[in-house]
Parts: sequence; structure tokens; C-alpha cells
Amino acid sequence: MNFEISKDPIDIQSVIDKVVQREAGAITTFIGTVRELTHGKKTLYLIYEAYESMAVKKLEQIGTEIKERWNGAEVAITHRTGKLDITDVAVVIAVSTPHRADAYEANRYAIERIKEIVPIWKKEHWEDGEEWIGNQLETVAYPKGKPEAKDLHE
Amino acid sequence: MNKIMFFAHLRDRVGEESVINDVSGKTISELKQMLEEKYGLKLDSVMAAVNEEFASDDEVIQAGDTIAFIPPVSGG
Repeated sequence: MNFEISKDPIDIQSVIDKVVQREAGAITTFIGTVRELTHGKKTLYLIYEAYESMAVKKLEQIGTEIKERWNGAEVAITHRTGKLDITDVAVVIAVSTPHRADAYEANRYAIERIKEIVPIWKKEHWEDGEEWIGNQLETVAYPKGKPEAKDLHE
Repeated sequence: MNKIMFFAHLRDRVGEESVINDVSGKTISELKQMLEEKYGLKLDSVMAAVNEEFASDDEVIQAGDTIAFIPPVSGG
């Protein structure tokens, strides 16, 4: 189970342990945390929601893409759902590879892909309201109804 | 029959996580139009997934398919 959606706090070490391999010379770990200020606006807490069964499949797809691009890579990703407070851990990505440059690159690739194709949404709660992020700003629009090749294979 | 699932702001608007309806034979595009009219949704920047895989607007829905409407994601 290298790719998981978790309602409980993420045990960072357990995600790292999944990618330990004798062939690895490096493990990079990305820990995404809940930020208090976004463009000066104060977040009180977040709610993350996932289409869990599809989200796990899409995380697995990201793992497969990484293994195709970076030889010898092992990948593990856990994303949290539910209510998260400021500084809580929202996502942990661990990548191991034989050489360190690949581990950094592949880990960056994983978080960028999560933000493109994995069906998880966050609802920001502020002192003066709340909003699902990704809806009204429409920073990513899919005019053809789904990510196009350039979105999927960047 | 088909299960039609809504997430994030779409679920808030529809008031249900999912509805059951027979929409087989329709395209995703036709279903979007139907739902826009019924619930006052705006679905032109919303992706659809059929059986947990992204689907294009011209995909024809089959009996038993699960359709999910996926607003631009904001995980990470």
C-alpha cells in the first residue's frame, strides 16, 4: 500500500520506510503542511475531501509515471483528508533512487502531478467565510472537459 | 442505472453526494447540460470521470457506469 488516503494523521517515517531499498543512494521526502497566511489572508483551518477510490488510482498512476521516467525509483505517497489545523501535515511524498538528483526531481514531479490529476479538494475556512479552492478562481480550466496532453504530461 | 457523484462545491450546490439515475446512452456533454439545467451548476471547467477514469465530453455513458464530476483539484 504505497499510495494511500488517510483520515488519520500521517506517520511520516512509515511513508519513508516504504521506499527503503538497497539500490538507493538517496531518499527525498516532501512534507506538505497547512499554511496560515495566503496572500495576507489568515486561514483558520482546512477541510480536505477526496474521491478516495479514484484518488488512490491516480496516486498509483503518478508512481508508475515516476518509475518510467526515473530508473530504479521507489515511490510512496500518503494524502490526508478531513479537518486540518495550521502546521498539520497534508501530504507526504517519499522517493528513493540510486542517485540524489533523480530523487529530488521525481519528488517535485509527484507534488506537481498531485495538483493536476488527483481528485482531492480543500475548503479554506477564514474568519469571514469559507470556500472550496479550485472552483471559482478557475486557475486551472479544462475547456475540453479533462486535462489535455500538455496538462497530463508536462 | 447510473450513479452520479458530486464533490466539493458541486456537492454543496446539489445537496447530495450522489444521485441514481438512468443516463445510459447520453454523452457526458449531454449529461452536463441536463445537470446544469436541473441544479443550476456551471460545469464547463469541470472534468468528468467514468468508472474512476477521466472521460472526454463525447464519451457515451453505458448502463451501470459510475460518473463523477471533478472540479479543478486542490490537493497537495
